[in-house]
Amino acid sequence: MTATEESATSLEQTVAGATSSRFSQVFGTLTATMLAVFLLFALVFSPPDVSQRDAVRLFYIHVPSAIVALYLAFGITFVASIMYLRKGTDFWDLLAGSSAEIGVLFCAFMLGTGMLWGKPTWGVYWQWDPRLTSTAISFVLFAGYLAIRRLDLDPTVRSRRAAVLGIIGFLNVIVVRQSVQWWRGLHQGQTLDLVDSQLSGMHYFSFFLGLVSMTMVFGWLLLHRFRVAWLETQADAATLQTALAERQAEAADYTARPPDTGGPTTTETEGI
Amino acid sequence: MHWEFVIPGYLLVFGGLAIYTGALLRRARILAVRVPPERRRFVG
Repeated sequence: MTATEESATSLEQTVAGATSSRFSQVFGTLTATMLAVFLLFALVFSPPDVSQRDAVRLFYIHVPSAIVALYLAFGITFVASIMYLRKGTDFWDLLAGSSAEIGVLFCAFMLGTGMLWGKPTWGVYWQWDPRLTSTAISFVLFAGYLAIRRLDLDPTVRSRRAAVLGIIGFLNVIVVRQSVQWWRGLHQGQTLDLVDSQLSGMHYFSFFLGLVSMTMVFGWLLLHRFRVAWLETQADAATLQTALAERQAEAADYTARPPDTGGPTTTETEGI
Repeated sequence: MHWEFVIPGYLLVFGGLAIYTGALLRRARILAVRVPPERRRFVG
């Protein structure tokens, strides 16, 4: 194999496994298997509920999406934002941003499946109920958080502002959680209390599988999203370093030339 | 009964996950070419 072929093979390997590692491959395979098992139980093995009929199947993805988005994803963003404000390192900033992005995705799943579950259960897709409204506010807050992260500002200023919003956004999650107790609305009480008291057998097991598989999906996505975020910062730094090296080489080449061949005059070199 | 709500719900979640994952891995492949090995700390 020639040096060029070896280089091309090495590049292919780098690109093919861009953000994967042995761990992420094994974890990804387990996650995919778990999702397949979950789908079988959720859509095939689980019997219809007595009162909700097949609409109970939406419960298996709606509640896990809510737990992953609100508590896990936005919780990690909250902790990482505090850590960033204390330590000021890229690691915490990128972790907060990566977790928030996936949290917004799961929050969209929660709102979408909740609306689809609401129509057969309540008769409406949407109502300005305290739980629904506070959840929608959470979604908008963290969408705004992602927008702030894309502002064309000094990176430190941008990350600090994002961290502050990440902390405020998580405080709203407490409002979401308590909304069913503080105000009267259409949404039922704490769903996890219902899980303990009203679910049993195959329904409970299907919900449990949904929760585990959604958590695994979140973990796998977070791993890759963080690595992509890290690559983005490093790609920017590498591009800047290359550009600086090129300018320095150009300047060195220019100053090395004699004045009669296009090099600097005596007046110009005084300032160099 | 109510499958007309269940199927769109599952399509939303699993379709959304598939699209997001595809976009994420595609972005990773594009970036992998631009980042030299010595800067790949935390990555794979």
